Amino acid sequence: MAAADSPFSSTFRQRPWSRAVVHVLLIVGSLVFVFPVLWMLSTSLKPIEQTLTPDPVWLPRPIEWRNYAATIEYIPFLRYALNTVFVCTLATIGTTLSSALVAFSFTRLEWPGRNLLFGLTLATMMVPFPVVMVPLYSVYRTLGWIGTLKPLWVPTFFGSAFSIFLLRQFFMRIPKSLPEAMTLDGASEFRIFWQMYLPLSKAPLVVVAFFQLMYSWNDLLGPLLFLTDQSTYTLTLGLQAYQSQEGGTQWHYLMAASVMTTLPIVVLFFIVQRALFQGMSSTQSFEG
Amino acid sequence: MASVTLKDVVKVYEGGVKVVDGFNLEIADREFVVLVGPSGCGKSTTLRMIAGLEELSSGTIKIGDRVVNDVPPKDRDIAMVFQSYALYPHMTVYENMVFALKLRGLDAAVIHEKAMRAAKILGIEGLLDRKPKALSGGQRQRVAVGRAIVREPKCFLFDEPLSNLDAKLRVQMRAEIKQLHMSLHATTVYVTHDQEEAMTLGDRVVVMKDGVIQQCDGALEIYHNPANRFVAGFLGSPPMNFFEGQLVREGDRLLFDEGTAKVSVPSWASAELAPRAGAAVVMGVRPEAMSDQASARFATAENAIPMRVTLIQPLGDKMDVVLATERHPHAVAHVDAHAGIRVGETLPVFIDTERVHFFAPGAVGERIATRRR
Repeated sequence: MAAADSPFSSTFRQRPWSRAVVHVLLIVGSLVFVFPVLWMLSTSLKPIEQTLTPDPVWLPRPIEWRNYAATIEYIPFLRYALNTVFVCTLATIGTTLSSALVAFSFTRLEWPGRNLLFGLTLATMMVPFPVVMVPLYSVYRTLGWIGTLKPLWVPTFFGSAFSIFLLRQFFMRIPKSLPEAMTLDGASEFRIFWQMYLPLSKAPLVVVAFFQLMYSWNDLLGPLLFLTDQSTYTLTLGLQAYQSQEGGTQWHYLMAASVMTTLPIVVLFFIVQRALFQGMSSTQSFEG
Repeated sequence: MASVTLKDVVKVYEGGVKVVDGFNLEIADREFVVLVGPSGCGKSTTLRMIAGLEELSSGTIKIGDRVVNDVPPKDRDIAMVFQSYALYPHMTVYENMVFALKLRGLDAAVIHEKAMRAAKILGIEGLLDRKPKALSGGQRQRVAVGRAIVREPKCFLFDEPLSNLDAKLRVQMRAEIKQLHMSLHATTVYVTHDQEEAMTLGDRVVVMKDGVIQQCDGALEIYHNPANRFVAGFLGSPPMNFFEGQLVREGDRLLFDEGTAKVSVPSWASAELAPRAGAAVVMGVRPEAMSDQASARFATAENAIPMRVTLIQPLGDKMDVVLATERHPHAVAHVDAHAGIRVGETLPVFIDTERVHFFAPGAVGERIATRRR
């Protein structure tokens, strides 16, 4: 954002020193957030004897790049990563598709009880996960899913209340004449969904997909509850288990694994950043 | 091509609001019919019922010989142009135009040929690769029409297609739509709230109010012989002036008493008006049937009403003079432009009694007498 558009620009012009104050505050704030990340990076490159020293070592000497290679051998990192990617892919597709379909139905189709059911859908957002944890567990046990990855992705194919809400709000901004024109052109409702609502809603769909991806990627509680076998562990659970293993934690390996876990999401964030902000600010117009 | 017949069509929305009430209309094959009326009069709803976007509460709609009440929109063989154009924003102009044809599973070569022909008719060949966002209002309008004509439907429906354009473009597109109709000869139903558009475009004009047809006839026929006060006031710009007064008898003469002055009732109207002597009536006078000039061919001492000039709106060779009497604070005369009139002065305004209309009192007062021409 250019300085001219900044919400502070008029203040800056009137009181030149205020610019310095604001920047100092912002820099201090970002240091607080970036500190653990830097510490993680630093530790991941240290030899073991430099990880827990009375005087913190910031710049490891020598820099141990092979920690990363060693980590992959030391813990079944690839196995965990594969499990995580599997769950994340299915959960992201599941949430995005099913929520869009439900939101379309709540927006475009007329059926009795529609508004009541929409209210009920929103109400499910108020129920915290720990409340449904135990009943969910017994449902999955009955289905024989405990110890498999299914509890982590199958439910996403039944929509998520927040995503449905987000997409519905966006869909409602699509002028009615657009689907009507398609109806007259001979399109079925599903085609209208697939060839009009989805392509026009790329930005909010990216938001929904990215949020689900981030949730599934970082989820620890779900895997902790439903996974029993180490071969099915996801990254979060794997690293967590690894930490308490054998008493003495290999901090340099753990941090290397953490870096490798965090990095894909950070990279992805920068790739989809623009669509993400566009989707959340919702300024798209349907002119024409 | 086909005729369109609406019989006893009624539309009641949830909550009991009747937006269309007993609508009967036969639109002949190749006819251009304009539905016109103020917003909320049910004209768009009627059009949407023909399109199949709204269901009928009762009545029947026929396209050709087929009752289409339960036929889905896509099988009605109609094409519609929306006020907002409703172009698909994520598709190019070409993709917009061929979408319907593709869905019908036509051969790719046939689709291409039809699209190119339509693009040529509308002069949009150079825009085919653009997205709607990159088009001007007039170009979008053309594409919307193009999307309708590639389908070669039995009937075109236009829902206020020009109201998003600026005044100059509107007049130009109006002429193009008329020309298009003359070359395609397709049955067309056109909805507008603009009386000028209605008059210039329609073979027949249907004036609606509160879901009811007020009058349905040729544009000039409606202009000269309005069925009631509402229609008279709706068509024409500036609109007809209405003077509410009383019929009085003085000796053997019948006069219209405006309140400040009396005007003699013309002989052609006396037969209809005589029985109403003493009753309240409304006299309608078009702005062009009023003159400030004693030299006007219809000027006599017996048809003058003294009026005060409150505003002058010059229009070049003509001007609109806004006038007021004690009883009627707003009347407009459309007269030749000249320097003689000043705001604030009171002068005799002559009324061409050959061109007046008499209505029963009330906002929708029925016509009592009009000189047929």
